[in-house]
Order: sequence, then C-alpha cells, then structure tokens
Amino acid sequence: MVTYIIRRLIWAVVMLTIVSIITFAIFFLVPRLAGATSESLAARYVGRTASAEQVKIAADKLGFNDPLIVQYGRFAKGIVAGADYDYGPGVERCPAPCFGYSFLTRLPVWPDLLDRLPVTLSLAIGAAVIWVLAGVATGVLSALRRGSLFDRAAMGVALAGVSLPIFFTGIVSLVIFSYGHPFRITAPGGSFTPFEENPAMWAYNLILPWITLAFLYAAGYARLTRAGMLETMSEDYIRTARAKGLNERRVVVKHGLRGALTPILTIFGLDLGLLLGGAVLTESTYSLPGMGKYAIDAITNQDLPKVMGVTLVAAFFVVFANLIVDLLYAVVDPRVRLG
Amino acid sequence: MSFLELKDLRIHFPTDDGLVKSVDGLSFTLERGKTLGIVGESGSGKSVTSLGILGLHKGGRARISGEIWLDGEELVGASQEHVRALRGKKMAMIFQDPLSAMHPFYTVGDQIIEAYRIHNDVSKKVARKHAIDMLGRVGIPQPERRVDSYPHEFSGGMRQRAMIAMALSCDPELLIADEPTTALDVTVQAQILDLMRDLQRDFNAALIIITHDLGVVAELSDDILVMYGGKCVEYGTSDDIFERPEHPYTWGLLGSMPRLDREPTERLMPIKGSPPSLINVPSGCAFHPRCVFEERTGGRAKAEVPELLETEGGHLVRCHLPRERRRAIWENEIKPNLEAS
Ligand SMILES: Nc1ncnc2c1ncn2[C@@H]1O[C@H](COP(=O)(O)OP(=O)(O)OP(=O)(O)O)[C@@H](O)[C@H]1O
Ligand code: SF4
Ligand SMILES: [Mg+2]
Repeated sequence: MVTYIIRRLIWAVVMLTIVSIITFAIFFLVPRLAGATSESLAARYVGRTASAEQVKIAADKLGFNDPLIVQYGRFAKGIVAGADYDYGPGVERCPAPCFGYSFLTRLPVWPDLLDRLPVTLSLAIGAAVIWVLAGVATGVLSALRRGSLFDRAAMGVALAGVSLPIFFTGIVSLVIFSYGHPFRITAPGGSFTPFEENPAMWAYNLILPWITLAFLYAAGYARLTRAGMLETMSEDYIRTARAKGLNERRVVVKHGLRGALTPILTIFGLDLGLLLGGAVLTESTYSLPGMGKYAIDAITNQDLPKVMGVTLVAAFFVVFANLIVDLLYAVVDPRVRLG
Repeated sequence: MSFLELKDLRIHFPTDDGLVKSVDGLSFTLERGKTLGIVGESGSGKSVTSLGILGLHKGGRARISGEIWLDGEELVGASQEHVRALRGKKMAMIFQDPLSAMHPFYTVGDQIIEAYRIHNDVSKKVARKHAIDMLGRVGIPQPERRVDSYPHEFSGGMRQRAMIAMALSCDPELLIADEPTTALDVTVQAQILDLMRDLQRDFNAALIIITHDLGVVAELSDDILVMYGGKCVEYGTSDDIFERPEHPYTWGLLGSMPRLDREPTERLMPIKGSPPSLINVPSGCAFHPRCVFEERTGGRAKAEVPELLETEGGHLVRCHLPRERRRAIWENEIKPNLEAS
C-alpha cells in the first residue's frame, strides 16, 4: 500500500512536470509565432512610455532572449522557490509559488488566483454535493422502479440534462427560479460573498449557479447510477442479503448501491478535478469571479502569465483528483490489489 | 402437524412469452432433524421452490398459491415484513456459488456479523466473537484471522464453509441448501457434505438439500423428492428411491448418476432429450416426449396427466403404468443394467 501511494505520488509529480513543460512551450511559442519579439513582450512590462533602449535592457533582464530551456528552468524554479523580477526600474520579489506577473496589471498572478479559488471551490463543491445526492437518488429510484412513469420521466429529463448546453439550462433555471412567483431567488449576478463572511449570503448568491451546474452533472450521474443499480440488484449477493432477513432499504443501500459505487466514484473524481480548474461556462453565465472567468478574461486580454498560471492550477486539480481516485479505488473495491 | 408442510404450492411467473409454471402443485412434509433431498434437472423448479419457502418471491411479479406451514405458521398469506423477520433466523439458505453469493466488498466476518445482528440485539464485539466461533465450527482454520478476509481471498471450499457459517449464525430451524456443492471440486464436495451432516446433527435443523445429482443426496437424505417440470414425480424414503424406484424419470436419473469408478463423462443411460418448457408443458404426462416406456401406457400418457399416487407406505409415484408393471420393469430391465455397469 505504501509503495503504491509513493509510486502514484511520483507519477503525479511527473505528470505535473510534463504538463508544465507543454504549457510553457505552448505559451512561449504561440506569441513568437504570432510575431511577438522579446522586445514587444518586455514592452508590456515596462510600459508604453519607455524608450527602445529601456525596453531592450528589460528584455535582457527578464530573460526573454535566453533559450527556451533556460526560461523554463527559471519559470519552474519560480513556482518552487519564488523569483526576483528585474525589469529595469527596480527589482520585484515574487514569492513562491511564483507564476510570474500579469502583463496588464503588473501584479503577481498567484495572489490573483488565490482570490479566485474560493469562488470556484464554493461553486464546484456546492454543486457537487447537490448533483451527487440528486443524481444518485434519482438513479437508484429509477432502477428500483424500472419502466415506471417516474423512471421514464427521470430518464427523459436526464437525457435533456446531458445533451442541453449549460447556457440554455442556466437561462431556464434563471427563469424558473427568478421570475414570476413569490419564492423567487433574485441573486444579483456577479456577486460572491465569502463563506466565512456570511454563510447565508454565500449560499444565496450561489444557489442558482449550483442548481444549473448540478443539473447538468446530476443527469449523467442518474443514468450511471441507474445502469449500475440495475446490474448489482440482480447479483446473487443481493439475494443473499434478502435471505439473511435484511430490510429492503438496507439491501438497496448497503448491498446494491455499495456494489455500484466504483464507477460513480471514478467519474466523480474526474468531474470534480476538471471543475476545480474553473467552471468556465457557469461562471461566465452568472458572472462569477472564479477561475474559469479569470481564464476567459486572461485569454481575452492575451495576458499570457495569467493564462499559464490558471492552466497549471487546473492541471494540478485534475492530476490531484486522479491520484485521489486511484487511491480510493483500493478502499472501495478490496479486490483491487495494490503493490 | 409437521414442522414444515407444503400444500399444493404453485409459483407462476407471467412473462411476455406466457405463464411460466415453475412450481405447479408441490406438496411435502419435513420434520426437525430430518433431511429432504429435492432432485431434478436444470429448470425443474428447485430453486424457485426454495426461494418461495423463504418468501423471496413476495412483492415480485410471481403468482403464488397454496400453503406453506412452518412450525404452525402459514407463510404464503403472511405479510412480507413478517416473513422477512423469519428469514435468516428461523429459516436460512445456502447458495450454489459462494463467490457470487457473498458481497465482494465486505469481509466474510462483516457479512456474518450483519446476519447475526439483524436478529440479535448485541454489540459489534459480541457479534464478531460469534462470527469467529461460527467460522471455527465450520472448520475454517485460524478463524480469528480469517474473519477479516474478503470472500475472494478464500478458496472455493472455504468460501462455502463461510457461507454455511453465515446461514447457521442465527441457529435456524430450517436450512435450505441449493446445490451447495455444484461449484466445488469433487474432493471438496465430499468434505462439505460431511460437514453439513455433522452440523445438522448438532443443530437439529430440518434440512433441504437441492441438487440435480442423486449421488449428492444418496447418503444424506432421509427422504427424496424427484421433481420434473415443476411437479413432484416421485417421493419416498432414500431406500424407496434407490432400492425400489418406480418412475421412469427416476430410473433415468439413477442411470445418469456420475460414479466414482467411471469417467465422469461416461454415463450409463442418459435421459434423451431436454427438460420441458414450463410455458408449453407437454400434454398429459410432462415426461412423455422423453419416456422410453410411453407407448406401454397405450396413449394415456399423452392425453391424461397422471396423478401422484401412493404405491406403498408413503412412497408416491406419478405414472400411468400400473404398479406391477413398474416393479417388473425395474427388477427385470433397469436394475440388472445398472448393476452390470
Ligand atoms: N423470476 C422469474 N421469472 C420468470 N421465470 C422464472 C423466474 N425464476 C425462475 N423462472 C423459471 O422457472 C424455471 C425453474 O427455475 P429454477 O431456477 O427453479 O430451476 P432449477 O430447478 O433450480 O434449475 P437449476 O438446476 O438450473 O438451478 C426456469 O425455467 C426459470 O426460467
Ligand atoms: S406416465 Fe407414461 S410417459 Fe409418463 S412417466 Fe409414466 S410411462 Fe412415462
Ligand atoms: Mg437452481
């Protein structure tokens, strides 16, 4: 078990390194291919008023003329140990983890990302709780009442859920929840209240995005759970559980659902990992200042350090989630041998 | 009244293709401490019968009629909840394939503990101790260690022992073993059968052993019920069935018994043809399309369903052939053949 964990950890670090190399290569090459020179990149830091001479000096000092590998080394070192940025007028200390400075705001990227993280985290985790509960419950009931009206209705809605685009379901849920009835939720778009400041406001502001996002995922989980439950409920061990005299609820939950859990858990880890890098569409639809919105803004402004930073953080979550899923596998299914 | 008594039990399943008459008018009695073997080919309704006794068809689409009396209580008409409370406690079951019949994600111990704690209000610790005791009693070495193993970590024979431990954990008065040895090696089969015989003596339970192999029940059973197409075709003591069988289907089963002194594949007189459809059951005697002696009943077998009639001292046979003809055929045509081989 311990060697297995260590191996998976090493593998995760390797994956992250590879991702960072690829990301760096892309963001180094793309601007160059688009015609950017070391000077034009440096100019973004020193400002428009600087003379050509100053820009050239800054470009040298920032290392834009060094070979790709050296620049990557510096970038990687910045993430691990922090870096000093010297762009002419003065030296700027960028503490670890340093993802560089924004072209636009000249502020380090990492604190910005840290600001955005709670939004995305709140959105993703809140939605995840809803979609897992709703999706799994629907799937279980559908499987138990297979062919019933409930089953057919739920699976119809689920099919819509997995196939409709999020901005559509987003608008529909806005209409359903925000207009024309006394219980409407009129959360102003674009506001986020940190949980520790006011939990009620936090939830109130997020409820619509949660529902929208959760609906999309719940649909898939309902289908997955239903398929899994149909399979496990016809297993011999279910008959054994009934023969022991267990009541039906425990037969379904403790034996049936437990048997169907592995694929649900796998998908959940991957979904959550992806989502923690930013729920781009939901955040845009509701103007939530999360990582996804941050990424979109960064791309729109061609703010490469920001784009790189957000890409790497997103990659980190995916790799991390994969790691957790791999470890949980062994916990969930004792037949999985670790070694 | 007997400890267990089935009266005209019928279990039918409506399906898209028609009504499946899996069990069609089955009656028998069984006392505490006695063993009944139910024998028949695949699809004859043995498992449906045993699940029916445990009430596991309740709430499904099965149509059940008749009576099941267990220790003075009628179960067919009883509520689902009432029968559930008896399951695992008063009556328990051992299944054919212990690997698929045990949950792969829980330890053997947890599954026994669960079975015990449903019916006994005890702490986890007490239940665990009981589970270890039970594992020891069914002959699992180092039970205090094995209690924490998962089913896949056991060998087939050990798994079946664990399954038996689970079934016996609440000291049931009726134990049904549905093909308990079919999934096991021949040598392990014998061990498991020995174990079941010993345990039955200790627990003084009524035991039903279900099998398609007469050899399995030969030594264990007091009584034997031969099933064909959802009906009983012959019923009697073990001696009746092995020494004086009167039904052509039973003769066929005896002839196709695997013998230790022969190759397993080589059988003396296999029954030709295949088991009947339970939707379109053959007219008259359900066995007639496969019966070697069909023409000796002069067409009656095709037209008229034979009744299950007593031939002598509780020995019941469902066949149109007159008693004397059957005995003559057994003595002169069948028995010498079986002995010669
Ligand atoms: N739930 C059900 N719905 C419809 N038909 C069923 C159902 N359960 C069993 N049957 C049918 O009832 C018949 C008897 O099945 P059963 O499992 O009792 O046979 P068996 O004697 O135990 O055979 P085997 O030796 O293969 O275990 C089979 O033809 C089977 O297809
Ligand atoms: S009634 Fe006729 S067909 Fe049926 S078993 Fe007896 S002899 Fe064979
Ligand atoms: Mg069976």
